[in-house]
Amino acid sequence: MIMKTKIKIENLNLWYGTFQALKNINLEILEKCVTAIIGPSGCGKSTLIRCLNRMNDLIDSVRIEGRIFIDDVNILDDIDVVSLRRRVGMVFQKPNPFPMTVYDNIAYGPRIHGIKDRKTLDKIVENTLKESALWEEVKDKLRTPALDLSGGQQQRLCIARCLAVNPEIILFDEPCSALDPISTGRIEDLIRKLKENYTIVIVTHNMQQAARVSDYTAFMYLGEMLEFDTTKNIFTKPKNEKTESYISGRFG
Amino acid sequence: MNVYKEEKIMKTLLWGSALFTVFILIAILSFLIIKGAGALSIDFLTKIPTDSGEKGGIFPAILGTLYLVTIAVLTAAPLGIGGAIYLVEFQREGIITKIIRFGADTLNGVPSIIFGLFGFAFLVYYLKLGVCILSGGLTLGFMILPTVLRTSEEALRAVPRGDKEGSYALGATKLQTIRNIVLPQSFSGIITGIILGIGRAAGETAPIIFTAAILNPVLPKSVFDPTMTLPTHLYNLVSEATPDKLLNAYGTALVLVMIILITTYSALLLRRYFTRNIRR
Repeated sequence: MIMKTKIKIENLNLWYGTFQALKNINLEILEKCVTAIIGPSGCGKSTLIRCLNRMNDLIDSVRIEGRIFIDDVNILDDIDVVSLRRRVGMVFQKPNPFPMTVYDNIAYGPRIHGIKDRKTLDKIVENTLKESALWEEVKDKLRTPALDLSGGQQQRLCIARCLAVNPEIILFDEPCSALDPISTGRIEDLIRKLKENYTIVIVTHNMQQAARVSDYTAFMYLGEMLEFDTTKNIFTKPKNEKTESYISGRFG
Repeated sequence: MNVYKEEKIMKTLLWGSALFTVFILIAILSFLIIKGAGALSIDFLTKIPTDSGEKGGIFPAILGTLYLVTIAVLTAAPLGIGGAIYLVEFQREGIITKIIRFGADTLNGVPSIIFGLFGFAFLVYYLKLGVCILSGGLTLGFMILPTVLRTSEEALRAVPRGDKEGSYALGATKLQTIRNIVLPQSFSGIITGIILGIGRAAGETAPIIFTAAILNPVLPKSVFDPTMTLPTHLYNLVSEATPDKLLNAYGTALVLVMIILITTYSALLLRRYFTRNIRR
């Protein structure tokens, strides 16, 4: 099977003020695969995936150099950020459902993009909740506040909300770090299922999680990408000394 | 003395401080009711005063105060909320936000008589609006603007960053995010600021003496007419202090306080209605 490159990062450098958070990153992310980015806290992994949907635009004093191609278009150029973010969804570290009903949370994205028809919205809500394995749990609670759901349910709701705008790529920024092991397991199952239809990039500092869900793994350290390979190779025969000591738990 | 006793004493003292606030409110209210309830009647609320307030009602003053407060809120709310949105969502922290915030805080500390003087010099004379409801309402609006701006700012700032990011990540524009995520969640705090503003605008005398208030018991026909107001009417009645006027003064004061309580309570109900779906 020939895999298509979905995202291509070339010579990416990023500064917060004078602090350089990303140093000459090069990475190719394949379509419909799960790519994990691991590394110790503060290594720049979250910063890196926040470049992929231009979330860093919201932060003052960020300067970016280099190129990121998604389907051969450089998204760091003067492009339409709104349509980029529709194509590149994001699930955050802390579940962040809006303080609205379950239904309205999912309908939020479609609505802002102009879908008003009640039946269409109903269909989207049902489909995305099924896709995110939450339907059975909340089908009778669509009109209750999303914040009444448990943490794990909230995170799956956030995934459903993200699916509702029909993205091609989903970025997961440490999606399980606020969740218990059972909820974490459910999200991981979901990620493995979602890769049939979506390109997935997941940032995690849980190495077992990277090993469980990803096809490819990138190891970052102090803003640099030290190693990138198939997950199997990274975890069984890492080439870089730092990677090896990180995955074997000697630091991190 | 053991720690439990200490805690008990502290608790009692703190409870006392909290209770004292309510006590003052009840004291003022009961004082006004005892002294002023005798003046109240349907005629008092619906008739114009005669014999310079000795007899008759206070209807023009009630109407005048309602007009003034409405214009003050219509002035201060859009400017204050708009300014706050700019500060929180559009302008990065720096010298400009510091200047605006410092300006608002200073403006908040300016005595109300100075607002009156400014309204008189700028609106009444320079802009030739004359002594009228519009001049007085705008002056009151300027006076409560910093309160509305700063409370709105705090309310907007309290909206979790994660919620805004969640909205942006779905492809929402800044305006969509402000309208759908930020404003609904900060509505409660914004209303609180407006309530504080209403209370102040309704009760202040100094800003309207030179800009809007007259003694003539006539009903204003438009916002370009001057008007009687509750605080200035009260002031005049008390300064002339005949027994009948004093009774009417207490009655006027009671009406003024009731109006403020009713607006505050309605605003609270409105706030509850609009935030019924928002829980954290």
